[in-house]
Parts: sequence; structure tokens; C-alpha cells
Amino acid sequence: MGLVESGKMPKPLTKLLNMSRRYSMWVYQWGLACCAIEMGAAFASPRYDVMRLGVIPLPASPRQADFLVVSGTVTDKMAPAVRRLWEQMPDPKYVISMGSCANCGGPYWDSYSVTKGVDQIVPVDVYVPGCPPRPEALLEGIVLLQERIMNEDMAERWKGDPIVVE
Amino acid sequence: MSISTENEQLAYIASQAADARVNVEVETDEGMTLNLGPQHPATHGTLRIIAKLDGEKVVAAEPIMGYMHRGYEKLTEVRTYPQVTTLINRIDWLGSFANEVPFILAAEQLMEVEAPPRAQWIRTILFELSRIANVCLFLGDMAVQVGATTPVFYAFRDREFVLNQIERVTGGRFHPNFDRIGGLKDDLPKGWIEETRGALDRMKSFCDEMEELVLGNEIFQARTRNIGVIPGDVALSYGLSGANLRASGVDWDIRRDANVGLVYDQVDWKVWTHPDGDSFARFWVRLQETREACNIIDQLLGSIPSGPIMAKVPRIIKVPAGEAYVATENPLGEMGYYVVSKGDLTPFRVKIRSASFSNMSITPWILKDVFVPDIISILASLYFILGDIDR
Repeated sequence: MGLVESGKMPKPLTKLLNMSRRYSMWVYQWGLACCAIEMGAAFASPRYDVMRLGVIPLPASPRQADFLVVSGTVTDKMAPAVRRLWEQMPDPKYVISMGSCANCGGPYWDSYSVTKGVDQIVPVDVYVPGCPPRPEALLEGIVLLQERIMNEDMAERWKGDPIVVE
Repeated sequence: MSISTENEQLAYIASQAADARVNVEVETDEGMTLNLGPQHPATHGTLRIIAKLDGEKVVAAEPIMGYMHRGYEKLTEVRTYPQVTTLINRIDWLGSFANEVPFILAAEQLMEVEAPPRAQWIRTILFELSRIANVCLFLGDMAVQVGATTPVFYAFRDREFVLNQIERVTGGRFHPNFDRIGGLKDDLPKGWIEETRGALDRMKSFCDEMEELVLGNEIFQARTRNIGVIPGDVALSYGLSGANLRASGVDWDIRRDANVGLVYDQVDWKVWTHPDGDSFARFWVRLQETREACNIIDQLLGSIPSGPIMAKVPRIIKVPAGEAYVATENPLGEMGYYVVSKGDLTPFRVKIRSASFSNMSITPWILKDVFVPDIISILASLYFILGDIDR
């Protein structure tokens, strides 16, 4: 039983650990549809360049990732796989839902094959609205998530309302 | 899921075992079964391929689709005609404007309206710009699939210049939703033509860069030459279209041979073909087509006629009863809409003929007797987009 699990972590140490976590986040990219290209633009293009925020976009497997970006339409056929890979990620893990489709179904709100919101299958921490959101919006979502991680208590997962990027 | 009793645990394991084929390798008597996807970086989204291997050789490969099926054809039956373009933008999400055009042309054919010349010109320009935006990413991505990381950064960098120009006219980087029945929503903004010429110069230098960086690279040639060869007759029998067909030596381009509603007959341009039909040829043809698109836009920018951008159409659009099929040469190949109208606000039935779906159908044939690393490069060179396959 370490200090972290028992919740008796001294405050300065908590801050130091949180800062380290904040600036070394490995993101598992779940690119599904149009938003995947905007996510690609945010992660791989020199104009937006996510690495300057301390986010590393290319983990080899979900088992090495800190947070998951679900970008695009989750269909009912795909939903079990999303859940499965989310379960493979180690705690503490976070989920960013990018785009209207992942948030609530978006333009396919009345489609027979689309899951209306990825929050039905995994808990979502940050919602990034837009169809598709600009890369800047995704970056803001990541920055807000980093701020949340900075103020997190090590003993228990931050509990509260999810963040919505405006 | 909470598991309290042993029975529940067994039921849980059984439910998990049902889809245990995902991401595992299974050894059988006949060899090994390798599963690729549905979430795999090389599949451009959510395509799943089950390959039966004998050592390093693929004995049989089966694509499994439907992970991105969003039910477009059914949804269009409950949307009014102007609302449909919002949806069909998202079929091929890299060249969105090109998706709207055939549907709008089909509806125009049924209503017997014709867009004014200026609208046709701007449509063609935006059509070719979305082709550049689409193929640009292919040029970078194909290099990634054979092991070079740098070109994709260049592709994303230079693609932004084209997206900026599309955004400046339509207001959307990705999904313009700009085409209307009878014309376009807005005219070009001031100074756009000059800026577009600047973006085109940028794209031309990008093409030169790709030619030096990727096409002339020995490793790239070793990975693509004589790999995944599709002869012309096979390509035709599988219904390939677009650059995949032209890379097999078949000289067919809808823009030249069956053009409807766009002004390709006003420009001097060339259809590029390549006799080899391998992965290298497909890359080469797409590279030349990007250059040719720059050339087409360059000529069209100098000759845009003046006049209105919208024909006279009623405020509430009701399309008379009838049937129409219009296909255009989209970045990925032939994309057509078969629209059946019963005279209502909404289409009665829309059949979407998307290019990637037909291009995809050749995968079991072409992935036979290739090596495992070549699966990736062949799939990348066929260039499909999952939204375009599954719709």
C-alpha cells in the first residue's frame, strides 16, 4: 500500500506528480470518421502540433495510453470494440469525445445503425462539439483536461460534471 | 458489469469469447489466421481484414465492412432535398464538395433547371480543389504505409492552404454544404482568385517535393513496383474506377468521356494513364492528377464568366416525379446518385454508387499470394475511405 493508494500523499508531491502526468500524456487515437482527419491535422500537422502541449500521439497499444480520443461516428457494430480497448487502458484514464457524432449521434440522430453518443459505453471527461470540430477546439479540450489533471487528488478520481468545450 | 456468481462469470466469458477473434492470431491446421483491424492505423479507419496465412504468404483475405455504416440511403428518404447535401458531404470526408455535386446535378436534371455559367465554373473549381485536398493526403499517407513518416507531415502542412481557400468561400474546412439546386449559396469573396493562385503554386511545389522525396526513392520503388498488379481487364470486371482504373492502363475518365454539368470541356487538360497497374502506378497517376487539377483550376480561374450564381428556383423545393442517375469523377472514382422522386419534398429513394465500395471489392483477388507487409501497401495504394465504402 503506497502513499498514492492510501490518499496520504503530501501536497507538494501531489503537485509534482500531477505536473509530470499533465505534460506526458500518451493519447490513443480512435479515429473513426471525418473527425479523425481533423484529429490527424491536430496531431500530425506542423501548424497545430500537439506535442508542444506535452501530448504524445502515437502509443503502440491502448495499454500504454493515458487518454482516449473518440473522434467520429460510433456505430453499433463498432461499439463493443470501443469498450474493449477502453477496458485495456490502465488507470487513471480519460476520454475525450470529439465531434457531434461521438457526443450525441450528430447528423445521424435518427439513423438505425449509429450509437447515439459514446458516453453510453464509456465515461466521457471532455466533450468537444462541432461537425467536425476544428483542430483548435480539440487542442482546447486537451488543455482543459490537463488543467483538470493538475488539480486532481491522487487518491480518488476527480468526480464532477464533464467539461464541455465552448 | 458486476459479476457475483460463478454462472454469471461463465456467461461473461462466453459473451467475450464470441468476439475473441478481434485482434488475436489463431493457429489452425491450414496455417495461421491473422486479423487486421477494425481499429488499425493502416486501414484508414475501421476496415477489418481476416487473412489466412501460410508462413509469410497470404492464402486468402476477406474484408469485413460495415463498421462505419451510417445508413445514408435510408436517411436521405426522411430529409428534404436541401438537407440531403448536409448528410452526403460526409460520405467521402476528404473531398466533401465533390460528394454534393452529383446529387445536386441529379436533382437539377429532374427539375429541369440549369445552374448559370458562373456557378458551373465555381463548382468545377471547388470540385478540383476538393480533389487536391483529398489526394494530397493520399500522397503523404501512402508513404507512411511503406515506412516513411515525413511525407505525411508535408501533406498535412500543404493541405491546409487548400482547405483555407475552400473555407474562405464556403465557410467550412471540411463540409462545405455549399451547393444548392440551381446554383451556389454565395459568390466568391474578394481577392479569392489571387489567393487561390498562391495556394496552387504551393501545391505544385508540394507535388515536385513528393516526386523527389517519395517517387524517386529506391525503398519506395522496391515496395511498390510489381506489387499488387491489376491488369486492365480485371480492373474493369471488378468495376474499379478513378485513378485505380487509369493506373491499369484503361483510358476512362468521366470528366472527359461522360461529363455532365461541369465545365471540363472548356479547359485544355490531359487524362493520365499508366500501363503497369501496380501500386507504384496508382501513386504515380494520383500525383499527376493532382498536378493536372492545379492546371485545370489555373485555367478556370482566368476565365470565370460574370453573371448570377443562382438560377430561378422556387423557395420550397419540390422535385417532380421521375428518375435520374448522375455520376461524376470524384477523387476516389466514379460516384453517382440514382435519385427516384415521387414529387415530394423528400426523395423517394436514393441509391449511392460510391467509388470505394467497388474499388474495395477487388481486395480478395488482389490480396491472394502476396506477403503480409504488402497487404498494407496494396490497401494504401487502392486508396479507399471508409465512409465511402460503408456509407
